[in-house]
Amino acid sequence: MIVETGHYALVLALALALAQFAIPFVGARLNDAALMRVARPTAITQFLFVALSYGALTYAHVVSDFSLVNVIENSHSLKPFIYKISGVWGNHEGSMLLWALVLSLCGALIAIFSTSMSDRLRADALAMQGLLGAAFLLFILLTSNPFARVAPAPWEGRDLNPILQDPGLAIHPPLLYLGYVGFSIVFSFAAAALIGGRIDAAWARVIRPWTLFAWIALTLGIAMGSYWAYYTLGWGGFWFWDPVENASLMPWIAGTALLHSAAVMEKREALKVWTIFLSILAFSLSLLGTFLVRSGVLTSVHAFASDPDRGVFILAILVFFIGGALALFALRAGALPVGGLFAPISREGALVLNNLLLSACCATVVVGTLYPLALEALTGEKISVGAPFFNTVLIPIALPLALLMPIGQMLSWKRGDLLAALQRLRAAFVVGVLGAAAFGAWYGTPFLSIAAAGIAIYLVVGGLSDLVLRARGGSGRGSFKRLAGLPLSAFGTSIAHAGMGLTLLGLAATGWGVESIVAMKPLSFYDVGPYQIGIESVSPRQGPNYSEVFAVMAVRKNGATIATIEPAKRFYQARRMSRSEAGIVTLGLGQVYAAIGESHEDGTIDARLYWKPLVTLIWIGALVMAFGGALSLADRRLRIGVARRAAAPALEPAE
Amino acid sequence: MNRVSTVETGSRNPLPEGEGGRRRRPGEGHLTQRISRPIVITQAAEGHNGKGATPHPTRLRRATLSPWERGRALILFIALIFFPLAAHAVTPAEMLADPALEARARAITTELRCLVCQNQSIDDSDASLAKDLRVLVREKLKEGMSDAEVREFIHSRYGDFVLLRPPMKPGTALLWSAPLIALLAGAAAVWMAARRRAGLAAAPAKALSEEERARLKALGVSDQDRSES
Repeated sequence: MIVETGHYALVLALALALAQFAIPFVGARLNDAALMRVARPTAITQFLFVALSYGALTYAHVVSDFSLVNVIENSHSLKPFIYKISGVWGNHEGSMLLWALVLSLCGALIAIFSTSMSDRLRADALAMQGLLGAAFLLFILLTSNPFARVAPAPWEGRDLNPILQDPGLAIHPPLLYLGYVGFSIVFSFAAAALIGGRIDAAWARVIRPWTLFAWIALTLGIAMGSYWAYYTLGWGGFWFWDPVENASLMPWIAGTALLHSAAVMEKREALKVWTIFLSILAFSLSLLGTFLVRSGVLTSVHAFASDPDRGVFILAILVFFIGGALALFALRAGALPVGGLFAPISREGALVLNNLLLSACCATVVVGTLYPLALEALTGEKISVGAPFFNTVLIPIALPLALLMPIGQMLSWKRGDLLAALQRLRAAFVVGVLGAAAFGAWYGTPFLSIAAAGIAIYLVVGGLSDLVLRARGGSGRGSFKRLAGLPLSAFGTSIAHAGMGLTLLGLAATGWGVESIVAMKPLSFYDVGPYQIGIESVSPRQGPNYSEVFAVMAVRKNGATIATIEPAKRFYQARRMSRSEAGIVTLGLGQVYAAIGESHEDGTIDARLYWKPLVTLIWIGALVMAFGGALSLADRRLRIGVARRAAAPALEPAE
Repeated sequence: MNRVSTVETGSRNPLPEGEGGRRRRPGEGHLTQRISRPIVITQAAEGHNGKGATPHPTRLRRATLSPWERGRALILFIALIFFPLAAHAVTPAEMLADPALEARARAITTELRCLVCQNQSIDDSDASLAKDLRVLVREKLKEGMSDAEVREFIHSRYGDFVLLRPPMKPGTALLWSAPLIALLAGAAAVWMAARRRAGLAAAPAKALSEEERARLKALGVSDQDRSES
């Protein structure tokens, strides 16, 4: 009964979504306030109905209702409780329902928090959100219904894919979707502005908090996913340039560019056309990512099921929304007035350069991801575009971009003084060069790592020195006052830039990692970087829905044991699949990482042992970036029209 | 206790360690590999059963199995009976003794795609085909081929698809030049926008229409006031 209620709620949500589109849209055209007012309650109610539906599916998973195909295929009565909840989105149907849930949540957030804008803009934006919601709800109901029943119900389910049974995966998809789908808000506002024909600094002020909100969620989601890959897949890789990873990186880069161009538009009314274009692009790339992942065009751990019908349907959604938005853009963008003027050397100029480089990165990722598909479709030739390609072409763009980041921060609006900006960065240059020299002396080659580490340190110091320089001048007490008086968004920028520097330092340090692949004999110790690792014991253990063999390994430094780790090899009975569970200990900012493999008759056990110096900085940097974003979001000047509580209710429906 | 087990394994396998593992990896192509797997399992199962049936002189000295021994027995049981296909990317057994040669092999294998996997290099992959290719690369290196020759050897056998770094050729020209094209196109767009902006700034302001003049007059501002300020 609860399941049927959920199913019915989903149908009602579709009807509400259609109403949310049609009524306010007509109202805005007729300038009828009563019709436009329909937008807010329908958006909120649509969210409640989708949430009800989502809750019903979660309930079915929690009580292991094996009369549902979706539960049979992805659950098991013995599966731990947390994975019964995360298992809801660990499959195609459920993850699409989560997508629709976040989409309707975004609509509800606009309805609740967007108070300071014209009725017409809000009505049009909510209408767009309603249209998007309707398309996805229709997709779910027609091709991917999670509420499909089966009779007779089997006694037991087939369990969730073992590598998805992980705490990291319990958080990663909701965060990622919040980011992906969060850009739908910006997309809807861009479409609304193009329809209404009014685009000004006030519009930029409306979209900036939403962009930040989506960007923060996406940053955290990508970082979470990358850390999950790092500790689950067993060899410590954290980014594989997999098409599915690229699918999340593309909107992130576009969103980062948008964040910066929206700042220019808000402050100086310039870059309007470009900002609108990026607003459309960010969500279009999210849609493209969804298409790539869900259509079965690509197969990977994320593509839970592939079905040509679904692919065609999503392609239709993709073409309709991206094509529609771009057509609207082409029709209206020419009519937009040219905004504020600025000299090439200025904050605006630097941000234009930032956008140029970010767009080139984004285009490269898009082309690299789609090229093999296109080439095979057109000529039948099969090629692979993997990590070596992306590293080769992106590093030459990304490193100069990193060099430019603090310089842009130092330039003033309208007309800047490059020489003065460089002089203000003197300290950062010096510390960067010294840092690179120190790292080079300590770890040695590769040179790319040394150079990248130097740039990373320069980025951290340069990012933060903006704050210091703005606070300096006068007595110590006065500086504190001045520092405290700086707007939060200034802190946000500096901290986010420093976070990028930390991530870059972590990435640079991967070049200094030590790897040792050995057949370990019991109680003999093997050198891994500055540490020695040895197996103390190997024993079996029974988990709730798996059995495992785990090794207790001691990590020694200078003969003294400083930590023990327990890498394991797990076997999941229901799916007859095994997965390796890495043993990791964080020492300083680096990590010792061990994974065990096959054991041999001679008593040895294959193991991969790693010392990864500074590796945690990759994710710490992402957290710092997100924190910087949150500070900007909390800035009083941006809070108008959006409450800080926005992030809290977002996670509610997952419970 | 641990030393006992090492002695024991030593006596069972007279080959120096490292050699023993490599010996059972002929790497003749994945079909042979697949067929040979069940044989490996049987051997293991025999060894496992044989433990209790025919006592070995060294084993008589111990009353009970150590945790290590029990664990090992279970690992063998699970690893070889339950998931015989769960190999591990690059295993110690297949590595070359010469560290320099091995480093070259790793550099090559990280850029070769595992053909039956999803966007994984053969260096990262558990698949048996990936293992065969890893072994093949190492054999060719041992035969004295240069890195480029090994790459070319694999490329000629498996085609472009095996290379994670796509080859430069007419079909991939657009791919490799994508970043440059994006940068140039973007720069051109920026330049054109800047010119348009500069043109607008340089052009004299349009004269006010009659209607606008009238409105200004109504507000109490004359045309001259405006142009002076």
